Amino acid sequence: MPGNPSSKLHIVTEPQTQIVSMKGICKSYGDRKILDGVNFDVAPGEKVALIGPSGSGKTTILRLAIGLIRPDEGTICVDGRYMWHEETASGLKPAGERNARVTRRALGMVFQHFNLFPHMTALENVREPLVHALDLPRAESDARAIDLLRQVGLGEHMTKRPSQLSGGQQQRVAIARSLALRPKVMLFDEVTSALDPELVGEVLRVVRDLAQASDMSMLIVTHEISFAADIADRVLMFDQGKIIEDGPPAQVLKNPRNARTKQFLRAIIER
Amino acid sequence: MSSFQWDWSYAWSTVPLLLEGIRITIIATFFGTIIAFVLGLVWTLIRIAAIPVVSPAVTLVVQFLRGTPFLIQLFFLFYVLPTWGVTFSPLATGIIGLGLFNSAQTSEIYRAGIEDIPVGQWEASLVLGLPIRRVWLGVVLPQSIYSVLPVLGNVVISMFKETSVLSTITVFELTAQGMDVGFQYFRFIEPLTLVGVMYFIISYIAAIGTRHLEARNARQS
Repeated sequence: MPGNPSSKLHIVTEPQTQIVSMKGICKSYGDRKILDGVNFDVAPGEKVALIGPSGSGKTTILRLAIGLIRPDEGTICVDGRYMWHEETASGLKPAGERNARVTRRALGMVFQHFNLFPHMTALENVREPLVHALDLPRAESDARAIDLLRQVGLGEHMTKRPSQLSGGQQQRVAIARSLALRPKVMLFDEVTSALDPELVGEVLRVVRDLAQASDMSMLIVTHEISFAADIADRVLMFDQGKIIEDGPPAQVLKNPRNARTKQFLRAIIER
Repeated sequence: MSSFQWDWSYAWSTVPLLLEGIRITIIATFFGTIIAFVLGLVWTLIRIAAIPVVSPAVTLVVQFLRGTPFLIQLFFLFYVLPTWGVTFSPLATGIIGLGLFNSAQTSEIYRAGIEDIPVGQWEASLVLGLPIRRVWLGVVLPQSIYSVLPVLGNVVISMFKETSVLSTITVFELTAQGMDVGFQYFRFIEPLTLVGVMYFIISYIAAIGTRHLEARNARQS
């Protein structure tokens, strides 16, 4: 990534008009090209669903957005700050993990496999970033953590470890935990894919309530098409490392223009 | 014929001395364990930190400690170090030797435990903005040490048995006491049998403990 030749081409920033701005993103693993020159912006408060077949690059987009991985090419800007670049008088200069850490504060992420800390209770999980990332006093952290757990309907289970909770409950703890830092952008990476079918509803309900009640921006990778139609302002269809369709759900999901999108949606509905 | 007969009154008379030996054996095991557990963690963290020169040097030290006999390491500490002006009591030398030798084993164990931490734990820590110090102390090490506790328990048990080697550098632990009593009366069957029984009872109880830890870990995963 250092010495990325394309970085100088994107000096122009549009402060605060877009909360997330990804330009010219390429990412490969070995010979496999996962993302091939992807561009897209997210407006503040916008809820964007990312759909597409597995391996199409949608999860990689989320991991790039929060800086878990670095793009081979392109720039990522979140809440007015670049993830892997510094703005200087002479243009953009490559920057490292220290810079990414600061940019990352604007984001939260919920993972497919929850990634809760198994040796901590639900309350301790949610409190962890408050105490150790925000350096809040213990009492205030506890109050906020308890509040968040109640918000996701887990007021009764605060002292339980993840192993004592159902998958749906664990994922709700994970959602509460990622909300603790009050991110401006939330990323949901197939948050119901690892759940038993009967537990999907409770998690989707929490995400839906969140989408309706908050002004956070959301990027939601999902295979739940009706859920996407319900909460998204915009749907991006990924295929083979590119965005092949981008528009409101009424268009992309109900009336797709692209033949590949039609085929994908048909396959999902018949499942 | 008499030498094959078990003399209960003689056997009984050796017990106080043997108990004194157990005391030393347990002291050596206890402090050896502390050194081995702490030093092993230090080795592991330095190796993972990949510091130029330092980390390869530590890797070499660990390989060396694993690749040479404990007895030779002990003799080196006891006979060679004093010629360089470094002198410890026999017991202290034995404890340092035990700790050093076993730190190489614990280092490998910690490393395996840390490598077993799912990548999702690191990713969650990163996106939550936890400082790297907290990630290690609050997330990674508690889980990895917990998961390798049974294996560490086995290290303690083998260290407990290895303390008998300290008899060669004049530490009056259990084996040396048994031998000493035997030489005084020229009867070895009673003291050495009792010595064996005492080692067995303690390590058997400890083994039950580690099996307990294993069962608990299996339940939770």
